[in-house]
Amino acid sequence: MSFVEYGDTIKDGDTAIVFLGHESMFPVKVQHGTVTQTKYGVIRHSTDLIGKKYGSKVTCSKGGWVFILHPTPELWTMNLPHRTQILYSTDISIITMMLELKPGSIVCESGTGSGSLSHALIRTVAPTGHLYTVEFHQQRAEKAREEFREHGVEHLVTVTNQDVCKNGFGVSNIADAVFLDIPSPWEAIGHAKSALKAEGGRICSFSPCIEQVQRTCLAMEEYGFTEINTLEILLRVYNVRTISLQIPDLGKAAEDNSSAGFDSSDPSHQGSPCANLQQGTVQFKSGVPLREVVGHTGYLTFATKS
Amino acid sequence: RKITFEKQWFYLDNAIGHIYGTTFEVSSGGNLQPKQEVEETATETKEAGTDNRNIVDDGKSQKLTHDDIKALKDKGIKGQEIVQQLIENSTTFRDKTEFAQDKYIKKKKKKYEAVITIVKPSTRILSTMYYAREPGKINHLRYDTLAQMLTLGNVRAGTKMIVMETCAGLVLGAVMERMGGYGSIIQMYPGGGPVRAATSCFGFPKAFFDHLHEFPLSKVQSLLSGTFTTETLPADPEENALGEEESNGLSEEKQNSLQETEEEPAAEAPMEVSPAEEQDTVDINAEDGEFKENKEKENKENVREKQIKQWERRKKLKEAAALLREKNADGLIVASKFHPTPLLLSLLEFVAPSRPFVVYCQYKEPLLECYTKLRERGGVINLKLSETWLRNYQVLPDRSHPKLTMSGGGGYLLSGITVVLEKGRPDSEALKMEEPASKRCKLQDLPC
Repeated sequence: MSFVEYGDTIKDGDTAIVFLGHESMFPVKVQHGTVTQTKYGVIRHSTDLIGKKYGSKVTCSKGGWVFILHPTPELWTMNLPHRTQILYSTDISIITMMLELKPGSIVCESGTGSGSLSHALIRTVAPTGHLYTVEFHQQRAEKAREEFREHGVEHLVTVTNQDVCKNGFGVSNIADAVFLDIPSPWEAIGHAKSALKAEGGRICSFSPCIEQVQRTCLAMEEYGFTEINTLEILLRVYNVRTISLQIPDLGKAAEDNSSAGFDSSDPSHQGSPCANLQQGTVQFKSGVPLREVVGHTGYLTFATKS
Repeated sequence: RKITFEKQWFYLDNAIGHIYGTTFEVSSGGNLQPKQEVEETATETKEAGTDNRNIVDDGKSQKLTHDDIKALKDKGIKGQEIVQQLIENSTTFRDKTEFAQDKYIKKKKKKYEAVITIVKPSTRILSTMYYAREPGKINHLRYDTLAQMLTLGNVRAGTKMIVMETCAGLVLGAVMERMGGYGSIIQMYPGGGPVRAATSCFGFPKAFFDHLHEFPLSKVQSLLSGTFTTETLPADPEENALGEEESNGLSEEKQNSLQETEEEPAAEAPMEVSPAEEQDTVDINAEDGEFKENKEKENKENVREKQIKQWERRKKLKEAAALLREKNADGLIVASKFHPTPLLLSLLEFVAPSRPFVVYCQYKEPLLECYTKLRERGGVINLKLSETWLRNYQVLPDRSHPKLTMSGGGGYLLSGITVVLEKGRPDSEALKMEEPASKRCKLQDLPC
């Protein structure tokens, strides 16, 4: 296993994702002799995991079962230990496309934070690209290094522990793209420009507040960036439900309900129409928005150095 | 070659040798090359009003007549100077607020100073362009939705992907860009052959096509049941309207400030494979323009060529079939005009367990059904039906606000992960998974 290569079977030292059902999962480090507790019972790594195929069903001691999944940056994002506020896959995907990242790209990032975006960037630029990530918080930088090592991607990433606003990215004229997720990105625009290749590249800055965006845009203009564009992306998730709505009793006889030009049941639905009629309901499938959704993560400002 | 773009026409000869991102001004028939930075026309004496209480719309504020303006244009005077003239002859200009003056100048510049920026093709540029200009050809797949697909599908170098698309080859191109020539792609196509008009706009090197395979959808059933042979090939592809496809998405102008940079066709860029050549190696529809020229040549050669083509196609088909038979693909991407349910139920057979799949559909309802059918089939978890909204902002000092919101029309996605399918057991997961309203991890305390 590695985050940049699929493996078929689970091996000692792998990071795997234990999937318990509808969006409840957690990461596990596979080690001989270790056990993991779940609500369905105990998983013994040596016998239950190692040598098994990724994607198989694993039966726990209490007779319950879980699925073991191959790690991906997206699954990691859902399960990583938070050391900071993180970026989620919705923002990450538009960042990746708008920065025009692909295998071989050289990317600069600051701050590393919890490494949610870092893993996705590394995945995209592998096997020939590289990520230079800068984190001014020493413990977080250390932790990130450790994680990259565990996930088999350390050869694709360099973590530097310094302040990007003061000291920049530690590289110059080699990057195809720069990403900033720091409180005062406008102070790092100059450093970003010098990190980018002489022939140009793309930049993105993520900020939750519009005032930060305004200052960043001004700084970008000052440094001669073009194509400045700010956007926001929101994810809407739908639950798939079969809904039944009651037909109001208007004093008509039951059999008139259908002849009143009102189709009271979906023929494709398995429930018998007669039963529906007696209960006086109509059934249909619907994609229902979740009750609580993310309303705002941050603004993404993109620009080009040319 | 003459190119028409936004009511202008020009030749691209002069653009060769410049770096991508260079801005050009159009003269009569050729390209001039102005400087990167146009000096701002400094409005002498920055006079401005504070509000519009005294500005009356009598239609007489502009002292130049239509004919005057036309005369200026016919003289071939620089656009910049025309704008200056218009400002000087506007009686209300000085009474306008500073912001209104800015806006006035911007509007006039847009009209009289036509500039064009030539940029390198990429998924970002092409998907934005297709959505703006030819949404029908790509089933209204908005570019942020395409971005989601590439991420949810974990598309990266070294994978073996199955792609089924009817988006003019745009989705295929996006996947190819992300894979960087590492790994392999099997494109499932309906009818006589895959459409790759948009793919050719990317200007990929030839090596990227070495591991691109295609397989006819109409053969999927026989492949799954084991009765597949290569004896009968699908009918020869019709010409796909490549020429037409290309001319509508050529280059885009940049109206001096920014906004709409667009791509220029791969064919025009230096160091590119010309589309004709490319088609020869990539597309199995070999019968294009070149071929017509050869018509005078002997018929014999024709027949032989056809046989060679036939044989090559058969060989490629065998390769693709072999790859599919392994049933160990690393992912499945579907974005087509067809109903997604049958496609998914069949094509998922070719995907290894613990791999992501993504289906795009312009409408939500077919995906509702697809969701239900996949649940019944089993072998998938973490099914998610989603949509993204995109909002652009105007960010200017004291004038920041959302530009336009695009919702709906960008399409919907159904994504999930494959798991080992237990044959002969009804899906007991359904019980476990179908619990009401899953609690999503909430985003807490936004750092503000």
